[in-house]
Amino acid sequence: MSNPDPKNLVPAEQEVVVEQEAGPWRDAWKNFRKNKIALVGSVIVFFFIFLAIFGTWIAPEGINDQKLTERLKAPSSQYWFGTDDFGRDIFSRVILGARISLGVGFFSVIGSVVVGSALGIIAGYYGKWVDTIISRIFDIMLAFPSILLAIAVVSVLGPSLVNALIAIAIINIPNFGRLIRSKVLTVKQEEYITSARAIGMKDFRILLSHILPNSLAPVIVAGTLAIASAIIEAAALGFLGLGAQAPAPEWGKMLADARNYLRNAPWTMIFPGVAIMLTVLGFNLMGDGLRDALDPKMKT
Amino acid sequence: MTEPLLKVEGLKKYFPVKNGLFGKTTGHVKAVDDVSFYVNEGETLGIVGESGCGKSTTGRMLMRLLEPTEGTVTFDGQELTKLSPQEMRKARREIQMVFQDPYASLNPRHTVEKILMEPLIVHNIGDTKSRKKMVRDFLEIVGLSSYHAKRYPHQFSGGQRQRIGIARALMTNPKLIIADEPVSALDVSIQAQVLNLMQKLQRELKLTYIFIAHDLGVVRHISDRVGVMYLGKMVELASSENLYAEPLHPYTKALLSAVPVPDPNFIREEILLEGDIPSPSNPPSGCTFHTRCPFAMDRCKQVVPQLEEIKTGHYVACHLYDADMIDKN
Repeated sequence: MSNPDPKNLVPAEQEVVVEQEAGPWRDAWKNFRKNKIALVGSVIVFFFIFLAIFGTWIAPEGINDQKLTERLKAPSSQYWFGTDDFGRDIFSRVILGARISLGVGFFSVIGSVVVGSALGIIAGYYGKWVDTIISRIFDIMLAFPSILLAIAVVSVLGPSLVNALIAIAIINIPNFGRLIRSKVLTVKQEEYITSARAIGMKDFRILLSHILPNSLAPVIVAGTLAIASAIIEAAALGFLGLGAQAPAPEWGKMLADARNYLRNAPWTMIFPGVAIMLTVLGFNLMGDGLRDALDPKMKT
Repeated sequence: MTEPLLKVEGLKKYFPVKNGLFGKTTGHVKAVDDVSFYVNEGETLGIVGESGCGKSTTGRMLMRLLEPTEGTVTFDGQELTKLSPQEMRKARREIQMVFQDPYASLNPRHTVEKILMEPLIVHNIGDTKSRKKMVRDFLEIVGLSSYHAKRYPHQFSGGQRQRIGIARALMTNPKLIIADEPVSALDVSIQAQVLNLMQKLQRELKLTYIFIAHDLGVVRHISDRVGVMYLGKMVELASSENLYAEPLHPYTKALLSAVPVPDPNFIREEILLEGDIPSPSNPPSGCTFHTRCPFAMDRCKQVVPQLEEIKTGHYVACHLYDADMIDKN
């Protein structure tokens, strides 16, 4: 308990009844709510999630409505973000691109969290040679610069958005694996794990009901932050032509296409760039806030 | 006399010491070295000793939370050390454990109800409804209230948490409870409450306790018989009265002389031991206590003394009580 509690001195029977639900998650939410910057981050994130879901109804034009007479128009009341070299409305494309970028971010991270956590938990809990093998594989993967590894994976699978997603998921597996492994190593030393074994619980049940929930907090934080980097990686792959293919309004791809018009029509590059930046910023702020809320130990 | 509930013979735990690049075993830490004792049904056996003497390791080996290097543990006619891991899990229904640190032994993410229901689910006792009722009943039995079931461990004080720990150990209706320093993390005033609770439960539920502690006063209060451990060995084992009235082993004497007496005019004859506890990775030859023993003889450096019954029910492992020595005295 954080503050000295006069209740401690009173025998259990006389203790005052304070009826309230207060789980560790609720505590975390309380901490999170106090953090203004993290709230700003979440607002940004939820704004983009909103765009991703309802973009089709918000965007004034489709992703590939080409009007060749309206090429490279500067931002105006008609085209808020201007138009690109095919006369497509950049405002609409940026909005519709949210679905692609967030989708890649979420699903690649979910993929790496699931696979990475499973491997990390097995490595951490069983230890010995299982741990050695899994950890060495992680080390090998981490020895490559991640974007290089992603390019290698995509070139094997072929350039497409889904393959870019898979590549990003794969390169992030060792990060989560190592994170959760180290957490499992600490949690497994806790006395409540010994006590679970003492009551005769099976290994698998201990893993699921004791070790996993207590190891998850750092993964949630790292996962949020990893969405940000996954979005950047997706954009980078898109920029290199290895991710989303035309005419998909992927932000990185839009940047790549705008490269030639940087001097004459900078808006073609600025708006997708700002969109990437804002999303990443939002996830980073939210992730930092989550870390502060979850990490300083749910008051033991 | 009937067969004891728990019989331990020649129990050993050596932890390998690994060194170097390839993890070559360079030695062993003899945490527990050839310990034998028995516990009768319904009694409390206290095990005392200073930190690192192997008393907790012994407790954990009894439940096979740690695998013994050697030796046998027989519980209720069943040799636990021979059971497969599956059978051992089932056997744990009969032997439960109360842990030292009430802050660490409860999962912070589970409500009290979930914590207490776990043993029932694991051993398939009752259905959800009857389990919930049992949880509430046991909360009342250990002096908490049934409305505490929905709370999380961090909302309780140390003493209350230890009551939860005790309730969890009781859920499966075990015969033997191994209490590993159950009160040493608590305030003195709370210690008494928890000890009295444990005694009350013992009377009402006919429990057998193995009570591991380093506090001699606490052990005296609760134990019928007491075993004293030093450096992985049991050096003396006797009924509580005998041990405290007439300690035989020099180590026990030194330990008891250090117990505070609540009398300011009491002039103690304190036996001060010299030196530190030797490392269990390289214990002294012969009697492990000879390096600090005020009565050490040549024989103590060479021959390991065995735990022998000097008087009825009073066992001691010391050469001072060898047959020929007693004749001389």
